[in-house]
Amino acid sequence: MEEVAIVGVGQTAFVRGYEGSIRELAFDAFREAMQDAGITQKDVDASIFCSAPEYDKQRSPAGVLAEYLGLIPQPTFYVETVCSSSSTGVKVAYSMIKSGLHDVVVVLGFQKMSEITSAESQERMGRGADIQWEAPFGTMMPAYYALYAQAYMAKHGLTHDDLMGVRLKSSTYGAVNDRAVYRKPVKAGDFKQGDPEAKLAGPVAWPLRVGDCCANADGSSCIILANAKKAKSFSKKPVWILGIGAASEAVNMAARPDFAKGLSVGYGAAAQAYKMAGIASKDVKVAEVHDCFTIAEIMAYEGLGFAPMGEGKQLIREKATYKEGRIPVNVDGGLLSKGHPIGATGGSQIRTIVLQLRGEAGPMQVAGEPDIGLVHNIGGVGLYGNVTIFGR
Amino acid sequence: MGFEKFGRKSFTAVTKTAKFVDLLAEGKIEGTTCKDCGAKFFPPRADCGKCFSKNMDWFEMPKNGKLETFTTAHYAPFGFEADPPYTMGVVNFGEGLKLFARLDKSIKPEEVKVDMDVKIRPLKYDDGQLAFEITKA
Repeated sequence: MEEVAIVGVGQTAFVRGYEGSIRELAFDAFREAMQDAGITQKDVDASIFCSAPEYDKQRSPAGVLAEYLGLIPQPTFYVETVCSSSSTGVKVAYSMIKSGLHDVVVVLGFQKMSEITSAESQERMGRGADIQWEAPFGTMMPAYYALYAQAYMAKHGLTHDDLMGVRLKSSTYGAVNDRAVYRKPVKAGDFKQGDPEAKLAGPVAWPLRVGDCCANADGSSCIILANAKKAKSFSKKPVWILGIGAASEAVNMAARPDFAKGLSVGYGAAAQAYKMAGIASKDVKVAEVHDCFTIAEIMAYEGLGFAPMGEGKQLIREKATYKEGRIPVNVDGGLLSKGHPIGATGGSQIRTIVLQLRGEAGPMQVAGEPDIGLVHNIGGVGLYGNVTIFGR
Repeated sequence: MGFEKFGRKSFTAVTKTAKFVDLLAEGKIEGTTCKDCGAKFFPPRADCGKCFSKNMDWFEMPKNGKLETFTTAHYAPFGFEADPPYTMGVVNFGEGLKLFARLDKSIKPEEVKVDMDVKIRPLKYDDGQLAFEITKA
């Protein structure tokens, strides 16, 4: 069977209040990815558009965006798994190419969260999980992740300073990533409890503070996949998909197995992806993980096998996940610094890993010419999980 | 009674499990159990996901359990602005049954601990909405 490669990547800067419509937002990432691949629309056999639909006023955006990008009359459709939509789109594109149905597929993730008012946005977030049995209590995303943080911290001795450590690492790289929304330096004093000047210290959903949460943003990302024959005919260095894993979990917190263990989908998707790629966690040279909240990055370390259960904190304490460390993680600033335009996030993570494997990540480049990279992208509160492994 | 009566603010009006709200009005917190295979569900389901039966019955949830985890929300979504701060948590009753709800407002935040003994009870808001809450055992 033919292998599948990433032949082009693109991403807009993630911003607050993009000055344009969703079709224009999508065009910016698409243009960069097409120019990166060195191809034109006639080379593309199909397109997949990915976002969380409740933010869009446009119903069924795939057809509208495909027209604006010049991708009609080729087939196009829409894929959604909330925050992991675009890595799910890449999985679907991989399957279509692997089956022989298409040679080249464009996956476009986008989100214009400022399309609706902040009051509307807050209401949608409250409905982001089980609307029948949980939303009536006044739930929201930070509160759900805080449930995991509380149980995890009580059992494994993870501290607020450890969580702050995740954000300090993130900001180190957000400062050098010109696509990130949050580029200001962050210091420990920003988390000091009781200090009115400490802007990241205020509680959102305790134990999570302002600085533990990523920010909404507008943005788009584009990943172009091709079969081996086409990939080798295009000029760029192809990056191959070595393994894909995906899992789902019960939506209601009452059906979750163990909050102190972290997200089950992270473990499940990782095991599948490692098996398919025929590698172990120690073979990964650079990773992007879904740090929508600081606690999520710690839990991801363990789900991916970078640390034993309960020991994720050691990686932050020892700076093992910094660029110079044993396993660099989120050295583009992650969701915490880049911002989290829901449908665009997975594609942005994949773009970062592709650039790392090509040696084109600029100030964020990991030394030693990394040959294997991993993307961990979670949808909802661990409702969906995708782990994708890439190699040169 | 319709399901719009459930919780601080309901997003669901019609469900085959709407009887849950009538039971709350009677002071009962109940899940559903499958008459054919015996599977138990909370929150309640109208259909058995284990054996495909639609032959379901109601059963009263255990009263006492342990607080597996909790969080205190200092911000709230649209429609809940008057409520913060409020604490929500998950009770584990053992035997595979858990429940998510808010905690009784009279419990001081510093008293709330992971693994503490708790119980559940029905709750009626001033505006007539019906829910259940977690309180000290």
